[in-house]
Amino acid sequence: MSTATALWVIGAAAVVTVLIKGIGPFALGGKPLSPRFEAVIALLAPALLAALVVTQVLADQDRWVLGADTAGVAVAGVLFWRGTPMLVGVAVAALVAGGLRAVAG
Amino acid sequence: MSPRFREGLRAGVPYGFAGALLAISFGVLARDVGMPAWAAILFSLLVFAGSAQFAALSVLGGGGGAAAAVIAVALMNSRFLPIATAFGPSLPGGPFRRAAQSQAVVDVSLIVARNPDGSFDRDLLLGSTAAQWVGWQTGTVAGALGGALIGDPEALGLDAMFPAFFLFLLIAELRRGRVASGVAAAGALIAFALVPVAPPGVPILAASLAALWGLRERKAAPA
Repeated sequence: MSTATALWVIGAAAVVTVLIKGIGPFALGGKPLSPRFEAVIALLAPALLAALVVTQVLADQDRWVLGADTAGVAVAGVLFWRGTPMLVGVAVAALVAGGLRAVAG
Repeated sequence: MSPRFREGLRAGVPYGFAGALLAISFGVLARDVGMPAWAAILFSLLVFAGSAQFAALSVLGGGGGAAAAVIAVALMNSRFLPIATAFGPSLPGGPFRRAAQSQAVVDVSLIVARNPDGSFDRDLLLGSTAAQWVGWQTGTVAGALGGALIGDPEALGLDAMFPAFFLFLLIAELRRGRVASGVAAAGALIAFALVPVAPPGVPILAASLAALWGLRERKAAPA
């Protein structure tokens, strides 16, 4: 990869990211929220978290894939549901995924 | 340092630690696709978005051009359009100051920077992201410069850590009630259905549309 290519990608990616994160708060603020807007915001977390989990553990790029990480996160999910603390479940997810990969060679 | 900033810092530490491990992967992979170490480090400093940085590497590694890599970053980060917008009314100052502060918004900000009334706390946001920023930069430097010594973190299952964090936070959201659960299910279905037909990132952005269910609410306390 040429230095020019790397710089081009990094510079443009930085500008695009700043614009994506900045445009909403630039346009919106300084006045109280309508209750409906608040309700939509409150529901962004479950919608996006669910989508992040699905795309990270059930997909690779544009394909549906089940992998060792799927199993690890599924085990963590069961533990979380039963009240296991966050860091314990996260560690278990990594151990299960890594363990399965080690076994599968 | 305000107490809320310190509280955010503490809340951000676990994510920062996991981010550091993931960033080692990023540094290693960046070198693998032919990116110089300094460029990998600069990438993390200026862009600071894990999934987007990985998406760019996967385009570049697959023989795609610079423009395609930037588009991949834009699509992967497109979810921050609604997420950062949600923070707008909670950020102090004029338009430029709000836009500057919103650069600190990351995925878990939606949860860790949230006040009980559903608004967001600026200092919690900055503190929690600061912890993650340090982790991400440290990991990138380690991976880019010393990757060969560290080995491949993916073999250790460390790629399962972030989805596990997200799942933990999601389960807490599901306990908020039936509306939140229904919206989460809709978001998951939208994302899952779009995976084969839309470029990476778009399924997540589209899933945010499920939150529009909130428009049906009459009062401020949904979920």
